[in-house]
Amino acid sequence: MPSTDQTREFPGAKAPERTGSIDSSGLRLALNEWGDPDAPVLAMVHGGFDFSRTFDVFAPMIAEAGWRVVAWDARGHGDSDHAHMYGWSADVRDHLAAIQSISSEPIVLLGHSKGGGQLLDLLDGRPSLAKAFVNLDGLPSQFSSPDVNDRERRRMRRADLASGLDRRRRRNELSRRPDTIEGLAERRQPMNPRLSSEWLEYLVTVGARHDDEGWRWKIDPVLHLGGFGPWRPGWSLDHLAALEMPFLGVLSGVQDDPMGWKSRHGDIEPYLPPGGRLEYYDDIGHFLHIEQSRFIADLVLEFLEPLR
Amino acid sequence: MTSSMEFLVNGSLRLALHTLAEGEGRPLLLLHGLGEQSPMSRPEWTSVWNGPVLALDFTGHGESDVPVSGGYTPEGLMSDVDAVLAERGPVTIVGRGFGAWVGLLVAGARTSHVHGVVLFDGSGAVGGGSQPPTPYVNVLPASGTTKPDPYALLELSRDPRPPDYALDYVRFILEDSEIENPIVVSARIRPEWLAAVASDIGVIELPLEQAIESFA
Repeated sequence: MPSTDQTREFPGAKAPERTGSIDSSGLRLALNEWGDPDAPVLAMVHGGFDFSRTFDVFAPMIAEAGWRVVAWDARGHGDSDHAHMYGWSADVRDHLAAIQSISSEPIVLLGHSKGGGQLLDLLDGRPSLAKAFVNLDGLPSQFSSPDVNDRERRRMRRADLASGLDRRRRRNELSRRPDTIEGLAERRQPMNPRLSSEWLEYLVTVGARHDDEGWRWKIDPVLHLGGFGPWRPGWSLDHLAALEMPFLGVLSGVQDDPMGWKSRHGDIEPYLPPGGRLEYYDDIGHFLHIEQSRFIADLVLEFLEPLR
Repeated sequence: MTSSMEFLVNGSLRLALHTLAEGEGRPLLLLHGLGEQSPMSRPEWTSVWNGPVLALDFTGHGESDVPVSGGYTPEGLMSDVDAVLAERGPVTIVGRGFGAWVGLLVAGARTSHVHGVVLFDGSGAVGGGSQPPTPYVNVLPASGTTKPDPYALLELSRDPRPPDYALDYVRFILEDSEIENPIVVSARIRPEWLAAVASDIGVIELPLEQAIESFA
């Protein structure tokens, strides 16, 4: 029997202490902050189909160690505006707008998954934005692409194309399917099989909105996993090699996690920037900062200690 | 003078579809280059086409609306053309420059609704080249209604166009098409993606008017 209680708590989860918004060329991005507003800034960039409140446990851990943690929702995600168009380069530009609105000085940047991959692009073009960069399982590599032949790859791309265009044709009719808290959490479970239902139910209460029909994820219904386009994971490695700021990369080695690029240590190590550090954990899934929050927070804080 | 113009709805934006010539049968759809807009009158080189001649202003161009904060991709603008296909049914496409690139993509994605595509010279044919160009990230002021949208010019002149990616779309078209030569290259300027398309065994090359006539 589903609970009628519309709130959920999760051990260690803490709502942002301050909220606000950023203007990215007329598009409003929702901003969340934890920690002392006068402390040095560490900005967190979430991954695809996530939102900044997925840092509700991890961010307070960093904030409690003396950092002002700032995170924003990507366009179409969380509490940010839905856009008419979406794309990797638009997200990268939104990150620039957010960072420039937060600080005119270099700050520490941390990105998870797609957010980490996008920061690689941004910092290759704008290296002066960051005094250090932490990348949590957001290091795409061509070596880890699924082993599919050309015909199968084309078939997948073609199916993706048709479904993407169909979805855009119907975009004015689309809405996220309503459900109970438990139902939405259960539907998210296949993306997050290593995370507890307790956490996923908490996520519903901060990442979905409630109306007369139930809870619906806030993410723009026109967005879907995968997308299409010519982007290749290996292009990111060129950006990685070009970095010059202190760098910590953390890879999940769990190969059967449905999310993430599955890059291995040996795929990435040759492209590390000088002095760059790479950690590889074959027992932590793609959502490292959620699955092992304390361990990953301590790793990040230890890496950042010389920069304080 | 444009014969007539109507607006098609694409999400929250309006797309301008111009009818440059009336007629019976399958329309010829003209897709302009980057930063351009639809011609105000029927181009001379379409005179061999007896059916309707249409021209679409891409999002952020001509009489079409400008979105907030860009986000342009060629794949995203396929939905502009798809809005025409949904409204008017099957068409034959002539694309100039950037319009040729989008024309190829949408012809591959909607093979049952695109009966032939002609790839011709025009602005924005190269894009960002075969590999991503040097990263250039900049935030522009909110563009409002400025056209062509500065974000369109920025983002659609930097998108990578790998030849093998273009050839995927060639395969989609050739595998499905009931036309003997559904892709015709009339362009003289050949960036790498277009050179790869032109050299494919299933693609032919013809001067523009002959290319259009081959689909008439």
